[in-house]
Amino acid sequence: MAKIIVDGVEVDVPAEYTLLQAAEAAGAEIPRFCYHERLSIAGNCRMCLVEVKGAPKPVASCAWGVRDCRPGPNGEPPEISTKSATVKKAREGVMEFLLINHPLDCPICDQGGQCDLQDQAMAYGVDTSRYHENKRAVTDKYLGPLVRTSMNRCIHCTRCVRFSAEVAGVPDLGALWRGEDMEITSYLERALGSELQANVADLCPVGALTHKPEAFHYRPWELTKTDSVDVMDAVGSSIRVDSRGREVMRILPRVNEAVNEEWITDKTRQIVDGLRLQRLDRPFVRENGRLRPASWQEAFATIASRVKGADQKRVGAIVGDLAAVEEMYALKLLMQSLGVTNIDARQDGSVLTPVYGRGSYLFNSTIAGIEDADAILIVGSNPRIEASLVNVRIRKRWRMAPPPIAMIGEHADLTYPYEYLGAGPETLADLAGGRHSFIEKLRAAERPLVIVGQGALSRPDGLAVLSAAAQLARDVGAVKDGWSGFSVLHTAASRVGALDLGMVPGEWGLNAQTMAQGEVDVLFNLGADEIEIAPGAFVIYQGTHGDRGAHRADVILPGATYTEKSGTYVNTEGRVQLANRAAFAPGEAREDWAILRALSDVLGHRLPFDSLNALRAKLYAHYPHFAAVDMVQRADGFAAVQALAGLGGTLGREPFVSPVKDFYLTNPIARASGVMAECSALARELKLEAAE
Amino acid sequence: MAVRKLAPEDMQPESFVLSTETEAFADREIAKYPPGRQASAVIALLGKAQEQAGGWLPRKAIEAVAARLDMPVIRVMEVATFYTMFNLEPVGKYFIQFCGTTPCVLRGAGDIRKVLERRVGDQNHVTADGNFSWLEVECLGACSNAPMVQINDDYYEDLTTENFEKLLDDLAAGRPVKVGSQIGRNRSEPFEAVNTLQDPALYDGSVIGAWRKRFEEQAKAAETAEPAAAMASIPQDVKAAKPTAGRPIESDAADTPAKRAKEGETPINPTDQKEAADPSTATKGRSHTEAEPRPAPQSGKSYVASPKKEGEAVPSSPTTPVAGTPPAQAESRRDGSESKPGVVVDKDNKSS
Repeated sequence: MAKIIVDGVEVDVPAEYTLLQAAEAAGAEIPRFCYHERLSIAGNCRMCLVEVKGAPKPVASCAWGVRDCRPGPNGEPPEISTKSATVKKAREGVMEFLLINHPLDCPICDQGGQCDLQDQAMAYGVDTSRYHENKRAVTDKYLGPLVRTSMNRCIHCTRCVRFSAEVAGVPDLGALWRGEDMEITSYLERALGSELQANVADLCPVGALTHKPEAFHYRPWELTKTDSVDVMDAVGSSIRVDSRGREVMRILPRVNEAVNEEWITDKTRQIVDGLRLQRLDRPFVRENGRLRPASWQEAFATIASRVKGADQKRVGAIVGDLAAVEEMYALKLLMQSLGVTNIDARQDGSVLTPVYGRGSYLFNSTIAGIEDADAILIVGSNPRIEASLVNVRIRKRWRMAPPPIAMIGEHADLTYPYEYLGAGPETLADLAGGRHSFIEKLRAAERPLVIVGQGALSRPDGLAVLSAAAQLARDVGAVKDGWSGFSVLHTAASRVGALDLGMVPGEWGLNAQTMAQGEVDVLFNLGADEIEIAPGAFVIYQGTHGDRGAHRADVILPGATYTEKSGTYVNTEGRVQLANRAAFAPGEAREDWAILRALSDVLGHRLPFDSLNALRAKLYAHYPHFAAVDMVQRADGFAAVQALAGLGGTLGREPFVSPVKDFYLTNPIARASGVMAECSALARELKLEAAE
Repeated sequence: MAVRKLAPEDMQPESFVLSTETEAFADREIAKYPPGRQASAVIALLGKAQEQAGGWLPRKAIEAVAARLDMPVIRVMEVATFYTMFNLEPVGKYFIQFCGTTPCVLRGAGDIRKVLERRVGDQNHVTADGNFSWLEVECLGACSNAPMVQINDDYYEDLTTENFEKLLDDLAAGRPVKVGSQIGRNRSEPFEAVNTLQDPALYDGSVIGAWRKRFEEQAKAAETAEPAAAMASIPQDVKAAKPTAGRPIESDAADTPAKRAKEGETPINPTDQKEAADPSTATKGRSHTEAEPRPAPQSGKSYVASPKKEGEAVPSSPTTPVAGTPPAQAESRRDGSESKPGVVVDKDNKSS
């Protein structure tokens, strides 16, 4: 720790802090454009100038370390001033230079109202310009369907270049030419290839990079901001949903150090148009092979007529990937009251069950814990497309000091180098049997991390693979006091919550695959769109979009998406998070728990709650850990690994295949989105190009 | 700076493969850096690729260099676009870099530019026969021979309209041309007649290189001396170089006899001392010692006025004015006027 006096206030900060960080610790605000705490230091905007006592000139505080300051003549702590007249004058000078070439188009600029340059010009700018020369003109660049450019506005902070090279790991952006002629562009103006590219528009301190799909749609001050959580993958990124009236206008990341830091994927951000398109806004009933709009009463009556006569062994329920805990709980209670045990939330055929303890299906190390791992083995997963922000963490860990990283599964580009061991379970067996040198690195590691993905588990021999991975984790000491390095990476936002609730087939119950193949007469489908349901059964589909599930439905009950209801989601780590309602569901669509409550009344098994609060009270009484919002209830990883390791089983020979075929089209909301369709087409093109 | 851009697609070659020679060059360059730091060789490699491609960098060459160095293409592109030495558009067989900085302009670069504009055309434009293209660049550092141009790797200096036209004619016709000055002067020797450095004493070893003779004599003396004496002169306990470096410790000033005694070193032999102080062995020309006393150093703040030696003139007045003295009343003036015989120092500044 080092002492430093900032504006007369003595603070004690770590010596490796920069002056900017020290000033912030002392409560002084430093304006900046190029500095960003999650990117490398560039020191090129000069806005953060401060005065250091003894230094002849103002210094850029973002690039000057506290330990680089000299003490006073008698050993006093170094002294800096952030508010002196010199500093103000220096910053005003910098601002004047920045504004020489910055166009005065704030009224037509999407960044207006949320612009760093605008805000700081209020503090350090002057009202007129002393320059009468023409402003620099730069041609706009094409950077793909998500980022709109207006390059006259660029102030050359290079945040976008640093983000794509450092965090995203797809170095597409660069600064060409030099000096005043410098231009930010991608190579030959190709579309950006990262699945995190839209974050560069968030990072841009001016309006040079803005979000293309939202261009000219809103002004930031018109929007109502609602804190929420993302359901596009199982990471559960913290987001802010901005809405205007009934409509969600945009989704932004929220800082959450434990989960997404401050990034979100393009899918999380840009499915906004998918929330509007292809929506189911009224109930439908199939008559003579065609779906026709119906009233809620009609729909419920149709369901009741089919359910009441049915054999309870021939009734089943499947839960999709976007369901919140509340409606799953309501569905579970309803099915219990009907005496149905055919219930499954694992439409992808995953073998995870709560039987072996919560530690057997959680990402036990936690996402932030990846940074502590010193050897990583990925089994049957492509984290880059299954959970991009987990991949960002692994990359962050790799950038700190590269640990040994190995992969069994698809040989994909993860943005960091890794040792490719093999494609299938045999390699896992080889590794566990010590016939692979990587096992030594895992054994030597203090905190080895074994990540098992759904590609290894959604298959007939999944349990055997899980068991083999658990054995390996146990043998290399991945699970011990203070470190739980056996982690399961999920792809579905609803999955961990469903497993916590026990949404798996009960005794003699059928699993999702069997039910879909026609083993039931009545099938209740709560938003499962990734599973093909064979003809024959009477299908009740409760969901949001006209997707695969709705096409196969006999009765459609229109539900609410995650932005239109208050729901609990549990992410892959077991972190309980709340999604809040930002807008209302369209038309006659209702919140899902309320639909189930109303249906239960018609079926004669009224659910014991009349409000969301009553439902939650009951839920928390049954499952107390759901009450601990934003917390991870640590599971007993050791017991789970022991239980799993004891299972054994015969490993198959098929290679592991990631369940995510197309990153941009993994769920009904994304498939409804035009922006995602465009991204998906572009990604396919890039893939073909790379293959050539 | 001129606006630079990539060559249009129809000028870009279909493909570019690093030649064996370039590959070997790349290996040598990459070997200069630690493993994993091969990207450091990017400038060298781009230069070599430019040479291979005929004086400019096609897009495919940039991509080839990126692939060779395992770098993202945009990173190589950043370097190639940053440095103006990398031509991104085709250049003529003779690529003329015309110096347009002040000394050359003063010496008539404007006429040379007119010749270029008439014979070659605009900048960055290759003549129809593919022979020439030109570009105005900043100072190339041959100001004494201004005006000048660089054609490919060579300098052509002392240009006039006539000899430059002839040079271009010769190049176009494939006749041999003379590199360097076009008016027959040797490198950057005086333009007309050689008026300086004509004293033969400068070249007979008595002035320049006199130290060599003295060192040789000393070496001979050391050889004949007792080996034991040579051993004694080697310090017994080796001290670290600059043990006090960077530390604010008070230390004895200079290498005084008292200090040497304190540190247990051998006192300096009076004979050596005398020999070192002997003016006859100093690095000094005979012609100088015989000359009349030199005038006082030009500047009042002299850097040469330390040890007083026989036969040398030193300023009779203090070299540094007393603090607080107005410059006009100072004993010595800093404008060099006191060394000019015709100037009388007007201390009271009355005449003006």
